[in-house]
Amino acid sequence: MNRAVHDPRLPRLLHPAAWWGWAIGLAMAASRTTNPLLLALVVAVAGYVVAARRELGAASPFGAFLRLGLFVITLRVLFQALLGSGVPGHTVLLTLPEVPLPLGSSGVRLGGPVTLEGVLVAAYDGARLAAVLACIGAANALASPRRLLRYVPATLYEVGTALVVALTYAPQLVEDAQRVRAARRLRGHAGRGPRELARLAVPVLDSALERSLDLAASMESRGYGRSVHRDARTRRRATALTLAGLCGVVAGVYGLLDGGSAPLLGLPLLVAGSTAAAASLAVGARRDPRSRYRPDPWAAPEWIVLASGLAAGGLVLVAAQRAVPGIVLQTSPAVWPTLPALPTLGLLLGLLPAWLSPMPPLRAALRASDPRHTRTQSLRYTS
Amino acid sequence: MIRFEDVGVRFDDRGKPVLRGVDLRVDEGELVLVVGATGSGKTTLLRCVNGLVPHFSGGTLSGRVTVDGRDTRTHRPRDLADIVGVVGQDPAAAFVTDTVEEELAYGMESLGVPGDDMRRRVEETLDLLGLAELRQRSLRTLSGGQQQRVAIGGVLAAHPRILVLDEPTSALDPVAAEEVLAALTRLVHDLGLTVLLAEHRLERVVQYADRVVVVEHGQVSSDLPAAAMATSPVSPPIVNLGRLAGWSPLPLSVRDARRAAGPIQAKLTGRTPVRVLRPAAIEGQGEPLLSARGLVVNRGRRPVLRGIDVAVRAGEVVALMGRNGSGKSTLLATACGQLPVRLGTVRAGGLDPASLRPRELLRHVGLVPQDPGLLLYAETVAAECRAADTDVRAAPGTTRGLLVLLAPDVEDSTHPRDLSEGQRLALALAVVLAGHPPLVLLDEPTRGLDYGAKTRLVASLRALAADGHGVLVATHDVELVAELADRVVVIADGELVTDGPAAAVLAGSPAFAPQVAKVMHPQPWLTVADVAAALAVS
Repeated sequence: MNRAVHDPRLPRLLHPAAWWGWAIGLAMAASRTTNPLLLALVVAVAGYVVAARRELGAASPFGAFLRLGLFVITLRVLFQALLGSGVPGHTVLLTLPEVPLPLGSSGVRLGGPVTLEGVLVAAYDGARLAAVLACIGAANALASPRRLLRYVPATLYEVGTALVVALTYAPQLVEDAQRVRAARRLRGHAGRGPRELARLAVPVLDSALERSLDLAASMESRGYGRSVHRDARTRRRATALTLAGLCGVVAGVYGLLDGGSAPLLGLPLLVAGSTAAAASLAVGARRDPRSRYRPDPWAAPEWIVLASGLAAGGLVLVAAQRAVPGIVLQTSPAVWPTLPALPTLGLLLGLLPAWLSPMPPLRAALRASDPRHTRTQSLRYTS
Repeated sequence: MIRFEDVGVRFDDRGKPVLRGVDLRVDEGELVLVVGATGSGKTTLLRCVNGLVPHFSGGTLSGRVTVDGRDTRTHRPRDLADIVGVVGQDPAAAFVTDTVEEELAYGMESLGVPGDDMRRRVEETLDLLGLAELRQRSLRTLSGGQQQRVAIGGVLAAHPRILVLDEPTSALDPVAAEEVLAALTRLVHDLGLTVLLAEHRLERVVQYADRVVVVEHGQVSSDLPAAAMATSPVSPPIVNLGRLAGWSPLPLSVRDARRAAGPIQAKLTGRTPVRVLRPAAIEGQGEPLLSARGLVVNRGRRPVLRGIDVAVRAGEVVALMGRNGSGKSTLLATACGQLPVRLGTVRAGGLDPASLRPRELLRHVGLVPQDPGLLLYAETVAAECRAADTDVRAAPGTTRGLLVLLAPDVEDSTHPRDLSEGQRLALALAVVLAGHPPLVLLDEPTRGLDYGAKTRLVASLRALAADGHGVLVATHDVELVAELADRVVVIADGELVTDGPAAAVLAGSPAFAPQVAKVMHPQPWLTVADVAAALAVS
């Protein structure tokens, strides 16, 4: 391998799996805490790294994910306020008019007193989800899922292709819908209302279907699926191993992340699952005739980025396991959040890629051409 | 290289066969042009070559197609991917990946070309097609010409020995089309590639062909270009001029034609074309139906129009020309109030189109979009016409009546999707005209139209202008402009470059000059009809 790729100073795109691994580490940290300060720190770390290492001109869904997060928090709090949910609380903030429910059954009510404790529980819960979403958004902004899908192992190639196609088609469907709606206006209709929507659905789906047929024809005539003449038994074995492995990984991760289950269950399951998955990839890839164009190298910077993310997740996990105060915030009675040392340090480790990962090429080129370029100026070139 | 032996194709057991009794042989290194009217079976013929017909399309194929000795009955398209590369009509629809480099590599990845070879071939292809600057660009941000070159590069990089192209230049402006064709001829000359090419705009390609295959009603005949053109149902203006003047052999390139044009030029010396220009067009009088002043329109953050002044008056046909991506479609969409105006004003019939309710908009301006199918929703032609009547509260039968004038042979029960390109355009135009908008806009109407459909379109649009409508047509088709337009507006990068009478603008620019103008230069003739009219008088 080209030795220069080990040097983080060489501008290049990082292996997408490294960014996704890093983001998963951060998300893991976020999922184990309800402390709003820590959660804010997670979002800040993700945001800073995105700002520092996003390739120019790439789509940036980070903002959209942040907005989605805010929406989740709002929704969560609203529902809590409206429906209540068995959270004991004494500090009543306000009382909504209560609608008597015919059943008068247990725990379910509409309206009534809104307590600080209930709102806090909902808000913390929402914030946790929002922080996880921000991590996913960061991964999307730093390495598009499409690039990641290039590394889907040969055994899962068909699934990967289906996902890539779906990723292409979702935004195009939106574009189609806009075009059809604009055309509808030319026929003298506003293109709104349920009847109009039904009318618009047909041409939109029509064009989507036509487009997918075109794409399928193109893939077929360019040799897609051409030489996968593996014998059925190898394929079945590989698929079975993959599925078992994936189940193991999922169960293991769940075991690790869910504070409720036995802590010792998670790790062994995760290890066993990963091993099975790796074995399946080896079996499946052995006879894969496809080749890969310019595979991203996996070198020192990739390890650094991955390690920083996992360290962040790991330290928070350890702190949670040890029940360090401040990880899970007490809501009844409510207390002011504090920043516990260990998890904070861990999350700050997640910030390292902002300096220790290579600059993306276009961004580096822009910086080289004029060091005084401010961010707003650079945006003008790319948008 | 390619052999068709008594090939017949039918998609519908009861219906007419799309192709029948096709015997055809294409040798290695030939550039073969496939011509024929819309719906004659050109596309089907091309798709037979790599087995998309019948493996992908369904239908029944009788006879035998062999490609480099491989029978397409036993080889699926994917098994032929290493010999045949296919580029379809819409390059953007065929992109699998999202950047230029990955798209070039995609075919090779499927074929399992080793990494180092792949890298080298991608670099070679980037150079060959002049794509090196664009290597990391996202495919969706490319212009039409660039996309077409990427699509060709994507199949070329896999080193097929046969390249099949379906209308590679139909969406391109004249200059981009020449670029693509130049790249193709270079490949044929340098690499000995066999090329099978279908195209409606013969004026662009016929001079490069080694042989011409004429498809007519599902039957195929092949001949040398000059001989095929003498009897072909479709022919470019230069051939029509040759037929008119009785030149033999028929010239196929401007160069040949100019050498033969001495006598006819001598006969026409001192004469000028009798063009019936509308008074409004000549004097620039009357209230404009469409007027844009200092118009700035953004798409996203990028300004696409940067301060344009355009006016269209009643009774004139104005052609809007310019490169792919120069802002033509944006101008038309803004004139219908589909895009917000950032600076300046646009007025349709004195009103701001964006402020009009859709129902009122119909009475002032109508737009036929690039894909006329976007305007059509119904299951049958008759239902579509009825819906259009209700949309504009016109008397029942109005739209149907208009359609009969535009395209007499459309049946009531046909699904709009099954119409030919020309018929679909006519239906969309009829739907738009039902509201009697004084101003009619058309975006790229001749894409996929054969010469017959184009002639009918020209007649309909001129009739509209004579009727007092103002017509604005955005197009790349210089031959259409020569026959149709009173005035030509050229825009580049969202700015107005030229605005003047069609004859002056077209004759003055090498890129926009129609074939007849090039042949008759320096005499001011634009179309075969002009020349014929002048000859008839003398």
